[in-house]
Amino acid sequence: MNWITNYVRPTINSLFSRREVPENLWSKCDDCGTMLFHRELADNQNVCTSCGHHMGISPRDRFTALFDGGVFAEVEVPEPVQDPLKFRDQKRYPDRLKAAQKKTGEKEAMLVAEGEINRTPIVAAAQDFGFMGGSMSMYVGNAIIAGAERAIKLKRPFVLFSAAGGARMQEGILGLMQMPRTTVAVEMLKEAGLPYIVVLTHPTTGGVTASYAMLGDVQIAEPNALIGFAGARVIEQTIREKLPEGFQRAEYLLDHGMLDRVTPRTQLKDELTTIIRLLMGMDPAVVADLPAPAPAQPEAKAATPAEKASDK
Amino acid sequence: MNYLEFEKPLAEIEGKAEELRAMARSNPEMDVEKEAAALDKKASDLLKDLYRTLTPWRKCQVARHPDRPHCKDYIEALFTEYTPLAGDRNFADDHAVMGGLARFDGKPVMVIGHEKGNDTKSRIERNFGMARPEGYRKSIRLMELADRFGVPIITLVDTPGAYPGKGAEERGQSEAIARSTETCLNVKVPLISVVIGEGGSGGAVAFATANRLAMLEHSIYSVISPEGCASILWKDAEKMREAAEALRLTAQDLNELDICDKIIPEPLGGAHRDKDAAIKSVGGAIRDLLRDLSKMKGKELRDDRRKKYLGLGSKGLAA
Repeated sequence: MNWITNYVRPTINSLFSRREVPENLWSKCDDCGTMLFHRELADNQNVCTSCGHHMGISPRDRFTALFDGGVFAEVEVPEPVQDPLKFRDQKRYPDRLKAAQKKTGEKEAMLVAEGEINRTPIVAAAQDFGFMGGSMSMYVGNAIIAGAERAIKLKRPFVLFSAAGGARMQEGILGLMQMPRTTVAVEMLKEAGLPYIVVLTHPTTGGVTASYAMLGDVQIAEPNALIGFAGARVIEQTIREKLPEGFQRAEYLLDHGMLDRVTPRTQLKDELTTIIRLLMGMDPAVVADLPAPAPAQPEAKAATPAEKASDK
Repeated sequence: MNYLEFEKPLAEIEGKAEELRAMARSNPEMDVEKEAAALDKKASDLLKDLYRTLTPWRKCQVARHPDRPHCKDYIEALFTEYTPLAGDRNFADDHAVMGGLARFDGKPVMVIGHEKGNDTKSRIERNFGMARPEGYRKSIRLMELADRFGVPIITLVDTPGAYPGKGAEERGQSEAIARSTETCLNVKVPLISVVIGEGGSGGAVAFATANRLAMLEHSIYSVISPEGCASILWKDAEKMREAAEALRLTAQDLNELDICDKIIPEPLGGAHRDKDAAIKSVGGAIRDLLRDLSKMKGKELRDDRRKKYLGLGSKGLAA
């Protein structure tokens, strides 16, 4: 992928799709029930403008909001063996994959990109909970390794947004082996002296928390994100008692010393910029209007999220 | 002796033979030896038959067999001067994880493993081999100690999984597992791991990320228990047989996937039928694997581990 596909194509698409009237102009906040205008919600990165509840966001929408001018280039991820175990439960694994691809419009559960945030170059990876629960597959492992390698090559920090239920059962032990594999990627970043920052988003559980998602140099979480190793139901059945309010939520983990910060999505970009520039020994980001982008750029930025919303 | 569900017919025959012999003991003029011997023969044929082709689910049952030799048995039999080292220096000592310095073939090693316990009291004390964060942090501490003094590490894996508890979560179960895996990858000494029973998900990865991984013939290593997988994907925990099949969790499958480097044969009828033989064959495997690694030094050992894990999954199983 390059700037043509990421930036020119959305612009062209937006010219042609503009006349379509989106079916769902309003969506309801999962938490407070307020009806939210889709464009307003997209502009606020799927955070309820009324109660601040953080709803899920696709990696592509997240990157569009995160990177300067919504411009980023995807990092290529090596393809793993398809369906290595010929796994079949009630459905065949390849069918589940196809359904997830159709639903999300993405190839797999992780997107890796390079770009700039507040003119600070980074490599970022984001996990897609909408794609088979974000589960850690060989592709996800490859994506993290590719992202780390790219960051090392470009001498940039690596920012990872996690969201997953755990390892992908349909890849069996090979799914589980992404725990050590991704840990190797984290080690490579450490050796290269590059910051590895994890942003835990709702929900991040299981083998994902027990590997790359808990090994960040700085650990940030989005408000109220569910983060834990074991599921609450399993714990309640094991210890036979009710778990306290807010158990395994970001704020609870912060209280127990497991996180550095809990930061709302809309403030993440600036906060990541500050931390990265401090760690990389760079001057503070310029707090002023950035030079005017090329004419087509603002349009691309506005059109992409709206267009996505109208597709749903 | 405890019999597994699929061994019921075997239990009947062996029970009958035992009954006959008991009768003969109290009644010396009775000659039952011929009959009993016939039953013995029948039992051993059946045993051979049952264990020739164990289904994945049956392998799970054998791997979890209550009489199977556990970490403690291996440490007592295979190592000398075993000196347990306790505690994570932060919170507690986790009895689900045992570990300490010892000698293997006269040479210093660090041995670490999950211990399940063998009766009600010890099982509770060992928390059924389900470690808490303290267990993983103890293992990190011991691995780092071994690393500083150039002592090879041997881990024995036998856990249903990490403990799902309130305190365990609050004290960072996932972080502890992640750091333990990280430490496994980082040490510059040989690290050999043997799955002696159950390799339960992340709780096992934290110990089993090794230069060489060996598995007992009827041991398993899986992303999730068959019961857990069945209840999620089949929406029915009773479908564990199908799940066990689909997950490819046997030593033989893992060997084919290049995750397991060596399968250690078990005595006929499983490790629990002849503990000494099972323990001896694990000892032999550890010896072979240590010898394999003896040529590598320091950073090479770490690079070997990295290369192994980065390369994993480049091939799948044939259909």
